[in-house]
Amino acid sequence: MIPAEFKYLFPSTVDEAVRMLAEEGEDAKVIAGGQSLVPVLRMRLAAPTALIDIGGLTELTGVRDDGDSLLIGAMTTHYEVQRDHLIHDHALLLKLVTDTVADPQIRHRGTFGGSLCHADPAGDLLAPALALDAVMIIAGPSGRREVSASEFFVDYFTTALAPDEILLDVRVPKYTGWGAHYEKLNRVAQAWSIVAVAAAVRVSDGVIAAARVGLTNVGSGPVRAVEVESALVGLPATAESISAAAGRASTGDGYKDNLARVLTGRALTAAVG
Amino acid sequence: MTATAEPEVGKARLRKEDARLITGETRWTDNLQLTGMLHMAVLRSPVAHARITGVDVSRATAMPGVAVVLTGEDFAAEQGSLPCAWPITEDMKSPPAPALAVDQVNFAGEAVALVIADSAYHAADALEAIDVDYEDLPVVLDMEEALRDNDLVHPDLGTNRCATWIFDSAEAGAGTNVEDEIAAAEVVIERTFRQQRLIPAFMEPRSVVVDSSAGMFTVWSATQIPHILRWMLSAVTGISESKLRVIAPDVGGGFGGKLQVTPEELLCLLVARRMGRPVKWTETRTESMLAAHHGRDQVQKITLAARRDGTVTGLKVELLADMGAYLRLVTPGVPILGAFMFNSIYKFAGYRFECTNVFTNKVPTDAYRGAGRPEATFAIERMMDELAVELGMEPMKIREMNWIKHEEFPFTTVAGLTYDSGNYEAATARAMELFGYDDLREEQARRRADGSVVQLGIGISTYTEMCGLAPSRVLGALRYGAGGWETASIRMLPTGKVEVITGTSPHGQGHETVWSQIVADRLGVPFEDIEVLHGDTATSHKGMDSYGSRSLAVGGTALVQAADKVLAKARTLAAHMMECDEADVEFASGSFSVRGTSTVRALGDVVLAAHVAHDLPEGMEPGMDADATFDPDNFSYPHGTHLCATEVDTETGMVKIVRYVAVDDVGTVVNPLIVDGQVHGGLAQGIAQALYEEATHDEMGTLTTATFADYLVPCAADLPAFLTDRTTTPATSNPLGAKGVGEAGTIASTPAVVNSVLDAVRHLGVRDIEMPMSPERVWTALQGRPDPGAGDVAAGGLGSIDAQGGQS
Repeated sequence: MIPAEFKYLFPSTVDEAVRMLAEEGEDAKVIAGGQSLVPVLRMRLAAPTALIDIGGLTELTGVRDDGDSLLIGAMTTHYEVQRDHLIHDHALLLKLVTDTVADPQIRHRGTFGGSLCHADPAGDLLAPALALDAVMIIAGPSGRREVSASEFFVDYFTTALAPDEILLDVRVPKYTGWGAHYEKLNRVAQAWSIVAVAAAVRVSDGVIAAARVGLTNVGSGPVRAVEVESALVGLPATAESISAAAGRASTGDGYKDNLARVLTGRALTAAVG
Repeated sequence: MTATAEPEVGKARLRKEDARLITGETRWTDNLQLTGMLHMAVLRSPVAHARITGVDVSRATAMPGVAVVLTGEDFAAEQGSLPCAWPITEDMKSPPAPALAVDQVNFAGEAVALVIADSAYHAADALEAIDVDYEDLPVVLDMEEALRDNDLVHPDLGTNRCATWIFDSAEAGAGTNVEDEIAAAEVVIERTFRQQRLIPAFMEPRSVVVDSSAGMFTVWSATQIPHILRWMLSAVTGISESKLRVIAPDVGGGFGGKLQVTPEELLCLLVARRMGRPVKWTETRTESMLAAHHGRDQVQKITLAARRDGTVTGLKVELLADMGAYLRLVTPGVPILGAFMFNSIYKFAGYRFECTNVFTNKVPTDAYRGAGRPEATFAIERMMDELAVELGMEPMKIREMNWIKHEEFPFTTVAGLTYDSGNYEAATARAMELFGYDDLREEQARRRADGSVVQLGIGISTYTEMCGLAPSRVLGALRYGAGGWETASIRMLPTGKVEVITGTSPHGQGHETVWSQIVADRLGVPFEDIEVLHGDTATSHKGMDSYGSRSLAVGGTALVQAADKVLAKARTLAAHMMECDEADVEFASGSFSVRGTSTVRALGDVVLAAHVAHDLPEGMEPGMDADATFDPDNFSYPHGTHLCATEVDTETGMVKIVRYVAVDDVGTVVNPLIVDGQVHGGLAQGIAQALYEEATHDEMGTLTTATFADYLVPCAADLPAFLTDRTTTPATSNPLGAKGVGEAGTIASTPAVVNSVLDAVRHLGVRDIEMPMSPERVWTALQGRPDPGAGDVAAGGLGSIDAQGGQS
């Protein structure tokens, strides 16, 4: 498992990283925790000419309170996400999803932003980012811009990030007091999901006031089950009403369609508590 | 007199090997660095079947650090053919097996060219600069299609049929004619089972270093079989065996996957000879999965004849076994090892086994943990359940009424083997008790009545196996190319320390600990004073190595015999020293004494006296060493009862093992901790066949499970807490009473799991589900739809990257 030769760069500021990315051209690649990129390099599925290691950009780590939302640094590790109090209190779904990512070693190296940029439709963090209306804050040669999750995930392993751009932070609205659950079906502990469903629900006086549902690995990117979400609003938070609404997660009769419905029902039921 | 020490045999000692293994202190093959060493990288065929019409190495040769690029043409005159030691029939078809393909490739992953460079990095870079032109040939993948001989893997052979091997109990005089039993039967059950292709997936990838300095060839290899490797490398290359030394240093697992003479071992040797410099090759995980031999891959058609009361009468086994593209060391013999085991613990009147070996354009199959016996055990244990269902009988009851009773041993089976000992009743009773069988049946009935989403199933496997490979005369009768004996030496050093040399070749089993325990008891020396040397043909000049759960039953017995020889000589010398009659000398706890007196000589004093040789009895040679070689009269027959409870989620198809009980009878146990470890690991691998693992190919013959993202090896998190216990019915075929435990868990567990899953969903109309029983397969069966195959939902991640054309 020997990668092809590459140039290794270690910027100390975001501006320097952006400049390096522009100088090295389209065959350069940003490396964050390396948990997806390094295997790809070692198997020579990709051979970037330069790796720009943003591991030294400490301003990209950690979670900050930003009023109505949280700002999660792209280089925040999964391990940090799992243990962050702000995330626990205001974006519980992200914690629960992150708990299921790979194994402890990978969670210590892998990063929140890296997973989103890798955009593997089987990756766990895409669906909750989409369902929770996350916004990506991106730096490039012409300054900063914001892209919503729904526009960020374009296709298999493809995002709206231009080759000369870097993801800095992810803004996630606060979902304080929402119930949440991630229902994941994988064959062995270290395997990716066959299908998984991320659900967050706000219940008020026994009635579902709002719901967010994102599906992992049912298409070329994360899928938001908007029909399920809208069908749930105003219904009593009972197994029967959830089950009926969850049926809208898919219309097909294949195995994954079935899983989408079954796991959506289970995720919502658990989220309601 | 010294106090009698606590016996070592039976003590759950921590393994003396582990400190160096888990701290990384040991030196694996890939850690070796020799002055001037070159690195070899292997270019592998991306296609499964093609003629090589051109190889252009000019660009690669000019790359930085490259010493030479070599192709099959360069070795055509000297590489010969990789050995197959088991021509199972006189007319077996055996194609030449070049280590490096010359003009045709026959499986995807076959070696086509070599880069030899000054670093592993330069070698890997230059691989991409070799241009090979392939002219595609039709790809043969399916065994039944292959037997129609429309397209041939090896056109020169004229057929894809390698050999057909038959055992018939009537012809052998071991039983009746099975066709008569079937014709007369009140019940006949026919089923077809598929043993999927598996990858041994040892932890340490294969690695070879060859040093050609000083007129000797020293080969370090991550192998299970240093002695056989030396013999075969000599036979293939013509290098004198006396000029070849093979060393297997610490080896990180094998599971049969390193019971091989590999193309890369031969190529490293040839390159070192050609270049006059040391050469190293270490494979990547994907290379290992593509090119190291696979296991299983059979289609089993089974016919069982019985009476309405549940008594079984006849068993007919018709197998197709996938050889892959070539016959490696014991490829054709692996299914034959199962021939004697399909009848298992049951008393059939008539039995017939017919196996047809088939060539396909896939990597060769060969030994994988259990080798032939898991396949047999799976088939018979599945059939016993099918019979129980057919007759509406309790599945344990039907086994009990057909198995050999404990008072009937020794028992000669319809397959002609004589089982020396066993007690199936005792193991079963203990397993049923630990499992809580009756309570689980009640719970199952409740869930069925409720129509619960999560159904419960109970699976049984009452297995036996043949271990302790093997009586040499039996191997000879089966046309195997070598013997089955094992050897051991004991060297008593003048300071009282002991060196033990064994011809077995441990690669994770813990022989150093167990061999030390045996010698400590036998000679009364401290465990810590014993050093076990192995895996180097210069120190252990002969041996038949480790596989087939043979090491303790055969190699351990040789060790006992060597120890007895040491004691016999020491006793003579002790009598001389104590000036008494040898018949009056007693030995206990490491000391000789004269019966009825206080005269004592410690073994260490006797050894020193032998070493200095100042005063020896007339005719006695100086020194106190002994060699012994043991050739068993019979196999050993571990057995046991495994019970598995699974929950099947009928909405997702997910299977979860909720309770697993293994009560094994492996005879006398030397180290219970090591035995438990072997059982746990074996269970994990057998369960993996039932639920997780399968090597799959696309229609072009490309392996689609060439990473651990696609080939699902379970870890501890995926497995239940195993409840293990033992009954002990010592083997009578060796003085230790040991039967072997390396493969028991793997052999027993697969049918226990599959029977359990089927038991959970049978009332919902499901009759069978192919292995591995993925959630998609289980769910699809519950919908009454045809098997979906391995499917594309095994994983995402790297698998999906590959599928999407290498995007990142």
